[in-house]
Amino acid sequence: MALHKPQEPLLQPIAISYNRAHHRFAIFVAVVTFFLIIAGALVTSNDAGLSVPDWPTSFGSLYKIPHLVGGVKFEHTHRMIAQFVGFLSIILAVWTWRADPRRWMKYLGLTALGLVIAQGILGGITVLFYLPPAVSSAHAALAQTFFCVVVLIALFTGQNWVEEIPLVEIDRERPSLFALVLFSIVVLYVQLILGAMFRHHGLSWWPHVLNAATVAIVLTWTCVRALSRYSGLDGVRRPAITLLSLLIAQLCLGFVAFLTRVAWGHDAVQPELPMVVSTVAHVAVGALLLATTVVLAAQVWLRVPVVEERIPSRERKQVAA
Amino acid sequence: MNKKLWAAMFILGLLALLAGCSKKENTNEEQTTSPSSEMKPSATATPIDPATAASVSGTVTFGGAAPKAAKIDMSQDAACKGNNVAETIVANDGKLANVFVYVKDGLGDRTFDVPKDSVTIDQKGCRYHPHVLGVMTGQNIEIRNDDETTHNIHPTPKDNREWNESQPPKAAAIEKNFAREEIMLPVKCNQHPWMKMYVNVVKTPFYAVTGEDGKYEIKGLPPGDYTLAFVQEKLGEQTQKITLAAKDSKTVDQGFKP
Repeated sequence: MALHKPQEPLLQPIAISYNRAHHRFAIFVAVVTFFLIIAGALVTSNDAGLSVPDWPTSFGSLYKIPHLVGGVKFEHTHRMIAQFVGFLSIILAVWTWRADPRRWMKYLGLTALGLVIAQGILGGITVLFYLPPAVSSAHAALAQTFFCVVVLIALFTGQNWVEEIPLVEIDRERPSLFALVLFSIVVLYVQLILGAMFRHHGLSWWPHVLNAATVAIVLTWTCVRALSRYSGLDGVRRPAITLLSLLIAQLCLGFVAFLTRVAWGHDAVQPELPMVVSTVAHVAVGALLLATTVVLAAQVWLRVPVVEERIPSRERKQVAA
Repeated sequence: MNKKLWAAMFILGLLALLAGCSKKENTNEEQTTSPSSEMKPSATATPIDPATAASVSGTVTFGGAAPKAAKIDMSQDAACKGNNVAETIVANDGKLANVFVYVKDGLGDRTFDVPKDSVTIDQKGCRYHPHVLGVMTGQNIEIRNDDETTHNIHPTPKDNREWNESQPPKAAAIEKNFAREEIMLPVKCNQHPWMKMYVNVVKTPFYAVTGEDGKYEIKGLPPGDYTLAFVQEKLGEQTQKITLAAKDSKTVDQGFKP
């Protein structure tokens, strides 16, 4: 399939300038959010979710840091990082609103802020109602949704996205690569919910394990299609390779997590280190996997359009012949 | 999909979540919420003639080699010191401790006064004392913290109200009770995840917990046919049918296998 060079009517970014500080700040928020997800996973794996029994206060105070021992160390650290991410999200939303001329980016910044507020409320509800599986699982799923939105903001504010005139290949195969990537996001999201329900005692382990096979097949199909047809497009090749690598790592981690928690750890008198390490790593790589798939979706949307009519967009203007 | 549809889906999702939470909250409201409230028997206590009262006693044993007690790692809190092995199965010379023995069936509609005396749960050495407790519905439970660290007490019942309170060192005792019958109701501390105990809530005073020697004794039973249940946190429940005549003093032993 031939690459389209911008000779005939093709694409060019609208006149927006790359804002390095804004972009780097978005990356910073994404990195801190990733650590927040790890901190949240540590709370669950250490069974420390209710070690601080009150919310929004911690042991009756909004600002005092309690003695960080036992489960409190995990729960209160998670709360502090969450507060920091909330603060960063306000800055990111305001900055995006003021600095980014794209209207949809302004709304994406606000979406991130709305999600982090909803996430905080869900975190509070789950503490006040003693970790109901549905709420705790929603908290886990929303965390990764927020992470994906912040990663997208970082992607859309990047120099490549803002300034590059992308090489484009028309996708005439069915299902299209874009459809495959969207399907990958759906199966990953289902997997995320099943995993969260299992971790929060709302479901047995087997739906999550069974769906892992679906995830592996769909993601491999997507990556193979992306790499076999569009390896000439850096923006597609890189996330596809990353996705495949993360998928392999995640399947291995899932197996180890199953051994340490289900097979060997079901009678454990306390959370044991191998279980904690493997399950937290499984959650963290899962978050990276979902975010990478979302990035791939954005890149495929940009670089591998399904029909030619969709190529012109508000973001781009046609180059004069 | 347009923006309005997305917004509607988001709001619906939030409403569904809140509905789920409200449902659980309603369930909680059916039970007592006041820490100091005492449950009273619904009917007048039925008297038992002490002249005919019988008793049952025995030894609970564990067949086979006792599993090696798992070590507990208390290093995450320097204030936690002392015995650091799990109490999941405590068997000494084949005698099984921490088995809750109670009259499961045979007392009919008899009602019993709630004892005025409290029972105590003590947190010492980052462990619960006792590990298995029997208590009547509505009976006051006094929870103490004798450790130099903060604990949180978090029962996770199926039929009673769930609660979770922290208790700093030297804090006043927390007083609670459970309104409904529930066997092997888990209580845990989320700050020290190895801390677990079980409260058994029954409507009658006819229960006991086996000691280190595996022995138990239940006194004051009226003559009759009963089902005696032996419950161990990991090994489950076993029952025996017994018949007690007036002034009987019967020995009923029970064996558990791994």
